[in-house]
Amino acid sequence: MQEARKIRVLAAKPGLDGHDRGIKVICAALRDAGMEVIYTGLRQTPEQIVAAAIQEDVDVIAMSCLSGAHGYLFPRVMEILKNKNIEDVLVLGGGIIPDEDIPALKQAGIAEIFTPGTDTGDIIKYIRENVKKN
Amino acid sequence: MDDLQKLQELKAKYEAQVEKVLKKMPERKAEFATTSGIPVARVYTPLDMQDFDYIEKLGMPGQYPFTRAVQPTAYRGRYWTMRQYAGFGSAEETNERYHFLLKSGQTGLSVAFDLPTQIGYDSDHPLAQGEVGKVGVAIDSLWDIERLFQGIPLEQVSTSMTINSPCAVILAMYLAVAEKQGVPFDKLRGTVQNDILKEYPARGTYIFAPRPSMRLITDIFAYCTENVPQWNTISISGYHIREAGSTAVQEVAFTLANGIAYVEAAIQAGLKVDEFGPRLSFFFNSHLDFFEEIAKFRAARRLWAKIMKERFGAADPRSQMLRFHTQTAGCSLTAQQPLNNIMRTAYEALAAVLGGTQSLHTNSFDEALALPSELAVQVALRTQQVIAHETAVCDTVDPIAGSYFIENLTDQIEAKAQEYIDQIDKMGGAVAAIEKGFIQKEIADSAYRYQKEIESGERTIVGLNKFQVAEEEKPKDLLKVDPAVADRQIARLKELKSTRDNGAVQQALAELKTAAAGDANLMPPILKAVKALATLGEVCDTLRAVFGEYEAAAA
Repeated sequence: MQEARKIRVLAAKPGLDGHDRGIKVICAALRDAGMEVIYTGLRQTPEQIVAAAIQEDVDVIAMSCLSGAHGYLFPRVMEILKNKNIEDVLVLGGGIIPDEDIPALKQAGIAEIFTPGTDTGDIIKYIRENVKKN
Repeated sequence: MDDLQKLQELKAKYEAQVEKVLKKMPERKAEFATTSGIPVARVYTPLDMQDFDYIEKLGMPGQYPFTRAVQPTAYRGRYWTMRQYAGFGSAEETNERYHFLLKSGQTGLSVAFDLPTQIGYDSDHPLAQGEVGKVGVAIDSLWDIERLFQGIPLEQVSTSMTINSPCAVILAMYLAVAEKQGVPFDKLRGTVQNDILKEYPARGTYIFAPRPSMRLITDIFAYCTENVPQWNTISISGYHIREAGSTAVQEVAFTLANGIAYVEAAIQAGLKVDEFGPRLSFFFNSHLDFFEEIAKFRAARRLWAKIMKERFGAADPRSQMLRFHTQTAGCSLTAQQPLNNIMRTAYEALAAVLGGTQSLHTNSFDEALALPSELAVQVALRTQQVIAHETAVCDTVDPIAGSYFIENLTDQIEAKAQEYIDQIDKMGGAVAAIEKGFIQKEIADSAYRYQKEIESGERTIVGLNKFQVAEEEKPKDLLKVDPAVADRQIARLKELKSTRDNGAVQQALAELKTAAAGDANLMPPILKAVKALATLGEVCDTLRAVFGEYEAAAA
């Protein structure tokens, strides 16, 4: 696996949720692991997230939602990506997400869902192993 | 003096003994410290309290500096208010949960609003999609608030409402319901959170920039002082600062720094400190470092009393009293082996009680998985009832006072919080410190440090990084919000807009706009608008047009 270019990650908070402790911790951990991380800040619409991902030419979108709105927001991001024929971005989700909601999110194209208690090392490993762009 | 000398000799002997023991069996760690990084010694004795002045540091319960308690008889008179934060879906569903909680022996209500409501959007706003009724109840207009309190006589309950940016609008709606129920405003008891400053670094439900937000807050202070005298006009909140990752010391420091900013703003707006001071209240987290938490509450009480008396010249003892609500630490709950959360919550609740809280919310064990189910809420409430009725910890005031360790910790937390406050003062106060991103960075750094401690195994979380089980059964019957709630809210909004007197609404909103552009108190025009059935979104949009919206700097 060649890492000529640093892995670029867009960390995003879709919707109105203000819980950003988790995403900020992940930003810091990914940066410490040598990735380039762009954090959108709070209250991003799915459209804004995709636009930022294109503009920043990222390899990964990592979204966090703790308000229970993931069932609408995560698939909406995937829908917009598909409409724009973007298929080489790895999309991850995290937050308070009940187990029973996970199959539908994966069905929509979210590669993996990380729930509370996840070790940041596991997320780093997952990204390194699954990033689609070279 | 003789006694101290004897003690010193005794301690020297003890040290020698310890040295021998350490050779055979080293201690678990090279250094022990609280979560705030305050070193914890092996043992504390009167040698650590040689300068301790009981009268200056503690005094009597109900007397300055209120370290021991704000009320002379504390829980011997009356237990704390058991108040579970609740709200989800529609006003009707939440109203049903309130009736259940009141029947179960809860003594106060605490309203959780959904995010669109907290950010001043109606349920039909594009940004509300997916969020309606999720983390709280959806409120669009007076109609919803009426349904929320159906069958609940407002003169008999105290109601706490977690609402910040659009606080004036929701409070106006509550007042309008009271008016309809025939309850005079001076009989109303309750609290609005109304604490915008912690929203920027921690909780995220801001609408306007800090400065126009401060005006709305002081307008509420002034209006309530005159019209709703028993109402707590603000709940200055460290809870969310702690949830965002701060330490206990930072929680006290940043909360009291915000408190100072509110007092200064109110004084600048022409209010007298002893007019609004008695109605200020606080809200803290109770986390797992048991003794540090107890000491934190006591340190906060003493520090605030000094600030109010010495810095602001408050003469009324009620202005000097730090009264507070506590919630156990949501961030200490784990999704793994969730029943363990019952024990965590119980210890945290006990710390809050030993710290002298005025009211308490205990978290439900399933909250790292979903919104709390009815069973989980009941266990949480029972946890408080067991502490109150079975453990007998409430039978004497401030039972841990005089503990060499606790008094030492209380002193250190106070001193370290004071250092932060001095630093924030130098930056120009809490508003400036937030604008500079100082508080945000301090919190984020602490959060990352805590996570690294867990991942390195330096900090043990039972069931998460130690004592795990491979295949565990997750609780069933998690609460699901009915997805139809958004459709129903939107239909109701349509009905509202087609049946109300739209001319009267426009007139009221125009008056509000004029008032917002000037410097009149905004509560009367907001009350008029909500009574005319203007929606929350319409009122907030009117204010947005004048004040603009806050945009956080990207991190």
